[in-house]
Amino acid sequence: MSQPETYNYKVVRQFAIMTVIWGIVGMLVGVWIAAEMAWPALNMDIPWLTFSRLRPLHTNAVIFAFGGCALFSTSYYVVQRTCHVRLFGDKLAAFTFWGWQLVILAAAISFPLGITQSKEYAELEWPIDILITLVWVSYAIVFFGTIVKRRVSHIYVANWFFGAFILTIAVLHVFNNLVIPVSWTKSYSIYAGVQDAMVQWWYGHNAVGFFLTAGFLGIMYYFIPKQAERPVYSYRLSVVHFWALAFTYIWAGPHHLHYTALPDWTQSLGMVFSLILLAPSWGGMINGIMTLSGAWQKLRTDPILKFLIVSVSFYGMSTFEGPMMSIKTVNALSHYTDWTIGHVHSGALGWVGMISIGAMYFLIPRLFGRQIYSVKLIETHFWIATIGIVLYISSMWIAGVMQGLMWRAVNADGTSLALSLSRHSFPRPRRRIEERPWQADMKK
Amino acid sequence: MADFTSGFWNWFIIVPVLGGIAALFLLNRWMTGPRSKVGEKPKTMGHVWDEDLQELNNPLPRWWLNLFYITMVFGLIYLVLYPGLGSFSGILGWTEKGQYEKEMAAAGEQFNPLYEKYLQSDIKVLAAHRDARKTGERLFVNYCTTCHGSDAGGGPGFPNLRDDDWLYGGDPQTIKATIMNGRQAGMPAWGAVLGADGVANTAEYVLSLSGRSTNEAAVKMGQEKFQQLCIACHGPEGKGNPAMGAPNLTDNAWLYGGSKKTIMESIEKGRNGRMPAHAEFLGEAKVHLLAAYVYSLSHPLDDGESPEKH
Repeated sequence: MSQPETYNYKVVRQFAIMTVIWGIVGMLVGVWIAAEMAWPALNMDIPWLTFSRLRPLHTNAVIFAFGGCALFSTSYYVVQRTCHVRLFGDKLAAFTFWGWQLVILAAAISFPLGITQSKEYAELEWPIDILITLVWVSYAIVFFGTIVKRRVSHIYVANWFFGAFILTIAVLHVFNNLVIPVSWTKSYSIYAGVQDAMVQWWYGHNAVGFFLTAGFLGIMYYFIPKQAERPVYSYRLSVVHFWALAFTYIWAGPHHLHYTALPDWTQSLGMVFSLILLAPSWGGMINGIMTLSGAWQKLRTDPILKFLIVSVSFYGMSTFEGPMMSIKTVNALSHYTDWTIGHVHSGALGWVGMISIGAMYFLIPRLFGRQIYSVKLIETHFWIATIGIVLYISSMWIAGVMQGLMWRAVNADGTSLALSLSRHSFPRPRRRIEERPWQADMKK
Repeated sequence: MADFTSGFWNWFIIVPVLGGIAALFLLNRWMTGPRSKVGEKPKTMGHVWDEDLQELNNPLPRWWLNLFYITMVFGLIYLVLYPGLGSFSGILGWTEKGQYEKEMAAAGEQFNPLYEKYLQSDIKVLAAHRDARKTGERLFVNYCTTCHGSDAGGGPGFPNLRDDDWLYGGDPQTIKATIMNGRQAGMPAWGAVLGADGVANTAEYVLSLSGRSTNEAAVKMGQEKFQQLCIACHGPEGKGNPAMGAPNLTDNAWLYGGSKKTIMESIEKGRNGRMPAHAEFLGEAKVHLLAAYVYSLSHPLDDGESPEKH
């Protein structure tokens, strides 16, 4: 077995540090735009700071900057340690780090400028998409190159999930971003109408399924057994839920387009496979939590394990909520409300956020050869995070169900109650015509 | 079913769906080993990674397997009842369109009498009628504010409905006709005909019509072009023509903006303003009330019950 010093830890360290930084940045932008919802004046009438432009910055920062760096860092660490071999291609690995940071920088500049493809989670314009593709292909070469030269015959389960995530994201990214450029900052999708919408949500839901689920299950399969010092609960279960998850997720996208122009049959298949997805998703939760059997007492004293296990619990909860929300009758109420936002955040903050934080608390002391500064502080961090997330998602449930019911409410004359309320939330018109902004230029 | 161009696509969907569900079932059967005996310790798989990583091989939890099977059975039953398997439309005959039409018919039965009672009244009378106007306003907020704004003040390319400037005419019947049948404006693009200078000169002449020109030489050249190309719609004096929705260029109301730059853009690239038709979508009775509300916006009442208290 090789010595730990021969592993490439430099790139792992770099990505680990950026995970922390982008996590803070991405979530701060989220807090800012949430505040803009309550106090619109916070955009200060500066186009760059409007909700519409900062929202994609927030989502991309937390998913691809924070989540992406966490996945790069952990997968590079795990694949070396479980293949007992140094990472393949040092230079290529360095390129994935600098290339990925460049992508993030380009996002941070282009979104406030309003440069966007207008596809959710695929807003980045085509030149940046090409850079992403280059980085991603390099990532695949580094990762699978390491697998190929491994010194153990069996491939550890975490690597199946990392591998599936890398392959599928490559396919999704390329096909959803096929566009015809008209300038450096503007392009048009090659798909039209409802087909464009379907390709977008085939991408969008599998960004959740493979980037935010399969990838992070890879993290779970390494860091939970390591931190708990217990064997993985069931190899068989990991085989079944891996293949079932990979097969079933690909079908689930149409549930984002219930009651739209999407054909009935497509909507039905999206719903049916979203429901069948429940058990494969829970397979991962069971394997994570049951790995602790025989070591439950560790949860009392080890806050890192608390992060990891509560994360898996949030995963179980949101993968139950997801299939329920994909049922057409439920979706008719939940769609276009804050319920969806709550659901996304129970996954993003509860599952992705907490497992990444747990993994970083495990990794960073080992990578830098240091001790944890304060275990008590991790404990505090854990409780603040957990309580915060629970408050977030429960307030969004309440708000979302209320909104859903209000969309349905009508006045005595059959017109929408919600819309007629909105009439009065705007000031009655008093502005003289010269003050209408679009007519200001006539004053010249 | 109209969704498919050939019968191939039908099977292209059915085979992977049913085959996939069958494969999931077989995967479960294959991996379901014998129950472990009471008190038996689970064995590891015998592999060790990274010093201490190992795997046990506990059997698939029974409750979890049952959950998996239940969702699969539910899925199959759903696909028998509802559309999903290619062009098979499901034995319940449910369609999204059918559900929409059914709900709309039920709503129509409940609410249509409310609107129909107004249909016999004159629009001007309704514009002065408090309840009618309130309902009209709610209709407006439901269907019109996306373009005309919640205050009916319009936006670039979307007319302000609060002033007394009308592209197609502002009498009640014309407003109603506009909402019922929609309007399609057509300002042609003159860029290729006029060239860059011609566009600038013509814009200068248009500015002069509302007394805002600063360059007399350009106005003279622009006037020539205007007399050749523009008077067919906008008239020799630039006062427009409501019959075709050609705007009056001598007043100070501008649909797309009245700066020289915007006027040049209008001349060079043309404009294609479009008001959608609502007759089929809303029915005459609702449009009748909407027309009354829109009319009331520019005709405040004398009795102090003006919808807009300035």
